Amino acid sequence: MDAAIRLKVNGALREVSCDPDAPLLAVLRNELDLKAARFGCGHERCGACLVLLDGVPTYSCAFPVSAVREREVVTVEGLGTEAAPHPIQTALLEEQAGQCGYCLSGIQISAAALLAKTTSPSRDEIKAALEPNLCRCGVHLRVIHAVERAAAMLRQGAAA
Amino acid sequence: MIRNTLPQSLVDNPRLDQWIAFEPDRTVTLKTGKVEIGQGILTALRQIAAEELDLQPPQLKLLSGDTELTPAEAFTAGSLSVEIGGGAVRLVCAEVRARMLESAAAKLGTDAAELAVEAGEITRAGTSTGLDYWSLAGTIDLSAQATGSVPTKRPSDFRVVGRSEQRIDLPVKVFGGGFIHDMVLPGMLHARIVHRPWTGAQLSTPDEAVGRLAGPGVEFVRDGDFVAFVSPDETACAAALGRAWLRLEWTGGEPFAPEQSEAEWLLSLPTKDRQIGPDNAPAPDAAFRVEARYSRPYLAHASIGPSCALALFKDGRLDVWSHSQGVGPLGGSIARALGLAPGSVAVHHAQGAGCYGHNGADDVAMDAAIVALRRPGTPIRVLWMREDELSSSPFGAAMVTEIAAGCDADGRVLDWTLRVTSPTHVSRPGAHGEIHLLSAEALATPVPRPEGREFPDERGGGATRNSFALYDLPPQRIIHRLVPRLPIRTSALRGLGTLGNVFAIESAIDEIAERAGRDPVAYRLSIMSDPRARRVIERAAEMAAWNPDDEGGTGSGRGIAFSRYKNHAAYAAVVAEVEVDEEVRVKRLFAAVDAGLVINPDGAINQVEGGAIQAVSWATKEQVRFEDGRVATATWDVYPILRFPEVPEVEVQLVGDPNDPPLGIGEVALGPTAAAIGNAVAHALGVRVRNLPLSRDRVMAAAMEAG
Repeated sequence: MDAAIRLKVNGALREVSCDPDAPLLAVLRNELDLKAARFGCGHERCGACLVLLDGVPTYSCAFPVSAVREREVVTVEGLGTEAAPHPIQTALLEEQAGQCGYCLSGIQISAAALLAKTTSPSRDEIKAALEPNLCRCGVHLRVIHAVERAAAMLRQGAAA
Repeated sequence: MIRNTLPQSLVDNPRLDQWIAFEPDRTVTLKTGKVEIGQGILTALRQIAAEELDLQPPQLKLLSGDTELTPAEAFTAGSLSVEIGGGAVRLVCAEVRARMLESAAAKLGTDAAELAVEAGEITRAGTSTGLDYWSLAGTIDLSAQATGSVPTKRPSDFRVVGRSEQRIDLPVKVFGGGFIHDMVLPGMLHARIVHRPWTGAQLSTPDEAVGRLAGPGVEFVRDGDFVAFVSPDETACAAALGRAWLRLEWTGGEPFAPEQSEAEWLLSLPTKDRQIGPDNAPAPDAAFRVEARYSRPYLAHASIGPSCALALFKDGRLDVWSHSQGVGPLGGSIARALGLAPGSVAVHHAQGAGCYGHNGADDVAMDAAIVALRRPGTPIRVLWMREDELSSSPFGAAMVTEIAAGCDADGRVLDWTLRVTSPTHVSRPGAHGEIHLLSAEALATPVPRPEGREFPDERGGGATRNSFALYDLPPQRIIHRLVPRLPIRTSALRGLGTLGNVFAIESAIDEIAERAGRDPVAYRLSIMSDPRARRVIERAAEMAAWNPDDEGGTGSGRGIAFSRYKNHAAYAAVVAEVEVDEEVRVKRLFAAVDAGLVINPDGAINQVEGGAIQAVSWATKEQVRFEDGRVATATWDVYPILRFPEVPEVEVQLVGDPNDPPLGIGEVALGPTAAAIGNAVAHALGVRVRNLPLSRDRVMAAAMEAG
């Protein structure tokens, strides 16, 4: 049975009426019209659906919406916009780190969480942080360069 | 000079206004039948048009892949979009510019040669004439046929072509949109499809039981062995499908068997054989012979986003939104399969996740069409699940390539025979005149799967693609053994037969070099007279600081491989460096590519890098397997692909001459990368693994055998 669920998403309080067992991903996409988190596998194996829950990258494809509770959900729409992009978004475009682009939402979530912890990640730390994210087109190296570029932007921003 | 022969796309769509329109908002619409599948084609085509029209790229808007609005250009495939589609755009735009200048000259009472174009404005001696494309558009007849006779720009005059341009479709995707998966039509219902677990399986579960599986709020559509669950609630729909996967009962047909997982199973099946090239016989004076059997397995497309489609059947007209590579052929096949008039089906391209060949895009569109016909007036959105994507899409065909060569003591080849055994590599909708849609086979009035037929050699071939070695060899005998009937559905995957054949040829070349005591690079150069091929081989070796004296056998190794895609597209040589203990780890790749004129260098490098990384995944990890009658590799846990920590460093150099015509680049890296890894593994281990993938099991077995 549907239930009223309250969510804090990208800084706003949202209320939806849905099956409490519905995956958070379906609620974001179909109830809240937030399309950035993408369906890839439904088994928490590809990272296309990653969102931040209180800053922690979390697979939304199998996460019951009712289990979110008080935690703050951040999707790519909440990371930045074309007018006010997050450094990882700027860096992905500057590095042209994409072919089809389907994996890039989840990659941004993994990268943003890493960059929130450190603005000087090593190559191995970047690869480890992106381990949950599958990419089939083979843009991995450009993505790694983009994370390094975003880290540099954040360091410069902090120094300024 | 760029050749001015008419590309097929222009022959098929000769009117200028099929390609171009001048809009009231002072933009220009460029219409193309080629579609974006993650390869950056729209960006490259916009560069070509901007170049010939003397526009700034942002002044051009792209309209792509629509059966009613854009040129019919068949499939976006075969690394032909820049050569053929781009060739047409180049000629059309040069001709439109010339007509505009003639019209302006008449108005100004001057000679067209006195005039130029800057960002769409007509100028004379650097000053504006007050005329521009938009004010002149009414004066020229865009319904005229293109002649293709207007000279295009010389490469030395290029401003936009040859410059790295940012991908036009990337920003929207970075900021969270841009995919067919995101489309919502008013009143849309979601659907999930039960695909048959094996070829010819019959659903023995009665309708009432299927209805109980649907659950509350979910309806089901059944037509023969086709079942769809339909609901406004996507989650409920997916839950119904999950129950159906567990509970539906299937009989008959041809359940898959484990032995079918190995390419060598193909050798037990009936074949249709033909020979290309002359008869030959083992050279009696050969100092040694290399005779070896190589193989590649069935591969899954494994796109990160599952296939998706929308369809609406209303007032006798069916509209389909699809990420197909060929909207025209897809619409034709859907119409035939469902008994609709050809003109009543329109297909509109919408972008999907990465496409590397004939994946589930067409089949999911058919799924949506079947359901839409049962729900007139209601838009239907079908999303495949991961399991559909990995088990119901056509697979890239397994192949066995056998090579027999007799050589003199220096390794000079005296006789050469290549025998390739494979099912078809092309069963796209409309190919060979067939419908070729998965769910059409399951309907109560089915369209049975036809015998496999192969893509013609003059278009690059399927299993025979790159089966002819470009080296200076004696007359080559090629035997193509097509397996026409098998329960596994195979079709185009990036490069078609190139992976199997280049892996085999380049492995055999290394085996010959080794027997003759020659360095692999020096040996290749000694039997290669094409200067462009020599240049990529030499450059890749330089990039990798190739050391001929490296004996190998220490657990780390390097290998080189070369091919020219389809033997008439771009050239590539790749050096791979690997470490092998129980598993193969590819550390670095160096690729030198000659694609002639490159429209968008960064885009081309991206394609080569991506192809190389995809080939690492294919060569070291991937194999579709069958068990218990079904595809056993239906999830990422059992069909793993390369992950971030496993990705090698890749260095790419483009070494082509911009005065040479542009050559397709999208598939150039795959074969040579896989083959270079194979050669590097042999160098590292001192023993060769001849069957892909170079998995832990195969490497261990080869090492054990070598003692």
